[in-house]
Amino acid sequence: MGIKPVEQLSQVIVRFAGDSGDGMQLTGSQFTSEAALLGNDISTLPDFPAEIRAPAGSLPGVSGFQLHFADHDILTPGDAPNVLVAMNPAALKTNLADLPKGGTLIVDADAFTDRNLQKAGYAQSPLEDGSLDEYQLHPVPLTTLTVGALKDVEGVTPREAERSKNMFSLGLMSWLYGRSIDPTIAFLEEKFAAKRPEIYQANVKALQAGYAFGETTESFAVTYEVKPAKLTPGRYRNITGNQALSLGLVASSRLSGLPLFLGAYPITPASSILEELADYKEFGVRTFQAEDEIAAAGAAVGAAFGGALAITTSAGPGVVLKAETVGLAIMLELPLVICDIQRAGPSTGMPTKPEQGDLLMVLYGRNSESPVPVVAARSPSDCFDAAIEACRIALKYRTPVYLLSDAYLANGSEPWLLPELETLPDLTPTFATEPNAGDEFLPYLRDEQTLARPWAVPGTPGLEHRIGGLEKADRTGNISYDPDNHDLMTRLRAQKVAGIASDIPELEVDDPDGDAKVLVLGWGGTYGPVAAAARRVRERGKPVAHAHLRHLNPLPRNTGDVLRRYEKVLVPEMNLGQLLQLVRAQFLVDAAGYNQVRGVPLRAAELADAIEALVDSE
Amino acid sequence: MSDDNGHTLTAKDFRTDQEVRWCPGCGDYAILAAMQSFMPELGIARENTVFVSGIGCAARFPYYMNTYGMHSIHGRAPAIATGLATTRPDLSVWVVTGDGDALSIGGNHLIHALRRNINFKILLFNNRIYGLTKGQYSPTSELGKVTKSTPMGSLDWPFNPISLAIGAEATFVGRAIDTDKKGMTEVLRAAAEHRGSAFVEIFQNCPIFNDDAFEFVRDDKEGVNRIALHHGEPITWGADGEKALRQLPDGTIEVCAASEDGVLVHDSSHTEPSLAFALSRVTQGTHGGTPVGVFRNVERAVYDDLMAEQLRVAEKKRGKGDLAKLLHSGETWVVS
Repeated sequence: MGIKPVEQLSQVIVRFAGDSGDGMQLTGSQFTSEAALLGNDISTLPDFPAEIRAPAGSLPGVSGFQLHFADHDILTPGDAPNVLVAMNPAALKTNLADLPKGGTLIVDADAFTDRNLQKAGYAQSPLEDGSLDEYQLHPVPLTTLTVGALKDVEGVTPREAERSKNMFSLGLMSWLYGRSIDPTIAFLEEKFAAKRPEIYQANVKALQAGYAFGETTESFAVTYEVKPAKLTPGRYRNITGNQALSLGLVASSRLSGLPLFLGAYPITPASSILEELADYKEFGVRTFQAEDEIAAAGAAVGAAFGGALAITTSAGPGVVLKAETVGLAIMLELPLVICDIQRAGPSTGMPTKPEQGDLLMVLYGRNSESPVPVVAARSPSDCFDAAIEACRIALKYRTPVYLLSDAYLANGSEPWLLPELETLPDLTPTFATEPNAGDEFLPYLRDEQTLARPWAVPGTPGLEHRIGGLEKADRTGNISYDPDNHDLMTRLRAQKVAGIASDIPELEVDDPDGDAKVLVLGWGGTYGPVAAAARRVRERGKPVAHAHLRHLNPLPRNTGDVLRRYEKVLVPEMNLGQLLQLVRAQFLVDAAGYNQVRGVPLRAAELADAIEALVDSE
Repeated sequence: MSDDNGHTLTAKDFRTDQEVRWCPGCGDYAILAAMQSFMPELGIARENTVFVSGIGCAARFPYYMNTYGMHSIHGRAPAIATGLATTRPDLSVWVVTGDGDALSIGGNHLIHALRRNINFKILLFNNRIYGLTKGQYSPTSELGKVTKSTPMGSLDWPFNPISLAIGAEATFVGRAIDTDKKGMTEVLRAAAEHRGSAFVEIFQNCPIFNDDAFEFVRDDKEGVNRIALHHGEPITWGADGEKALRQLPDGTIEVCAASEDGVLVHDSSHTEPSLAFALSRVTQGTHGGTPVGVFRNVERAVYDDLMAEQLRVAEKKRGKGDLAKLLHSGETWVVS
């Protein structure tokens, strides 16, 4: 016991899959914590249905959590798992296609009852018909073993005992990959020990039983070790995109000295930002759950007028409703950050699945000439920096700014190297306190450099003024229907946003040997798969350059130069070619697209093949 | 009365240099004049007062008040003012809206602002027509109204704004008439004193598209049609005060002689909104009189105060937010 041979692996991808009620998200995130604390690099992808509790055992009710952990830095949660833990036939059926032949398959044998098989559409049990012969199949009676292990725990109902089987499976996986279960015990203690001591006991016992089962069973001959990764030194925590985004907003509030106001209406996958921020009241954060998406944005504009750092969060179907308010904020020239956590559409689409389909909407989905800066986060932890950057631009240029994330970044997680506070930018805005034209205050007299107008908040004596959605006269801000004035103001608003290009970093190109002829240009949430694909292509000895856009409007000032430097440009996107259309139109570059809208992150392997084909075609 | 800064303000201080652009004879002029005369009485400095409006003729109002102001988008003024009022409890916030703005496109925002009891005042200029879009029927237009968009008469049953506000849990509901400066000032004064949402419907004449819609009370010098509501007083009216209101056992209200028994004594502070609602159903058409004044005026926790209180409690419990600590919360590990 305990002396089974240990095999070294450089990386493993594990997927837990079960019923929505089986606790797969918890199991996955705890396994993630164990891997993170051991020092592996990690990347996770939760994958759950929009239904809260679809009928038990049914195909739509399957919830999954994929974890990629490695002894080196990794960029994605992985295309395909090496190990699949399937808690019932439905989970097996919906996930098996992703498991390569030869992969490890651990199933709860107890769950393969006639009824469950029927619900999953199996005519006969796949555990017995030889259809799984090409996998390393480990049928483990998880339910029986769990219930058996808990028979002495008092106060736990049979149903509750059965529900602890996710901890049994976590214990088994922890043993298999040499992870300590101590962090999970600590987690369970904090969560249950005080409120439900019997549930705490049951979970810990199940966890330990699973671990012990691994040691004693003959089903597993070897265990595996994935050594810690060599990451940049510092303190880390595991973080999801929505958590990082929320923290970035709180940080921006501190960095600007402005109270944070969030107007939001619950919507998947953005709701957790509202929930997270609602818990930071000691930071002076005001969260307003509005009656609808429009009011959420409107209240934020009102808060901005009053001098707050104003935020509204949503996903595509909600953002489309905010367009009118964004137009107003453009006209008022007040700071506002609109977070769009993109999901697959159109309309309700696939609420829990990621897509990059909102780019053209946030750029152009408003009446008339209405330019808005757009910032996109590239990874879960990058949502922190992207949020600060969006706030910076909004405050400095007095403009609404779109911050784009997506369902994958929102729920996916990775280790985050905690920033030193003193490295974060100072976002303190200058409020107008005095007349700016002799004795007069002109609310639309612009800063010569930024073209931003003064921000005079109510309560400031002598600067009383009225603003609104009607066209403004230059400088005075009075209502004006003058043709030349409208032409001027339209151009000024456009120039102001375009001018931000001088205030953002140039587009960096990752071209290690500097000899690439093909450039891959991505944006936002596809950073992981695109960078991983480029890496694979280079490992095959073929040069390729990768550039990834954070600023979609304005684009970095050297974007055109970068694009023209390469013979071929490939633009991978999780849409049908929105950035592609922009760069072709703006730079007259004959770029090609690589487009998937499958509701899952791009697969690095497939993209690598596409890039390689392009490199070879020269 | 002197303001926050010790200045004595007059109506003139609240005028702006902008040319007022309503049609000649529009009721909005009278409301603006009454408002400018009334504001100094509040003793609030101009810089601490904000008018927020949506879209429509009434929505031009902020341009003519020398305070801070925002002319926003159609129907959204209550939402915008909610964000302002909750983040800036130091301000006196007024929403100016119309029957189309508040009850049609902005209906949702209106009812939710009222139930939350946000600390602002909502003035609804009701002219029972769409003026700015040149004469289509509105949500308060009477059934069968013939307009450009309803050549054979409108099919919609109208809203009663007072009933709607009471149904939406408003804590203050009043009605005034554009030409009745004294009555309007009384209602505005009570609204300003009320902490929380105050909703005031102001009958406003549109001489171009719906002239004389309220002629029965507007030009009612003899007081034969206006039923003035005064808290704690019997509800009587008529040229000689000979008519009165009386509540039947089923809650409905009937007209009786002032000399009869059981004349209703107005109680705007009653916890239950039933009486105020019953009074809101008294109309020219059904009872031969129209109540004006304060229908309902009760105290209830104010959203802005509750939010501020939660922030205070959180800070007391957890200490003032420490960003470094927040970033380092949860399980962390060190890579060396």
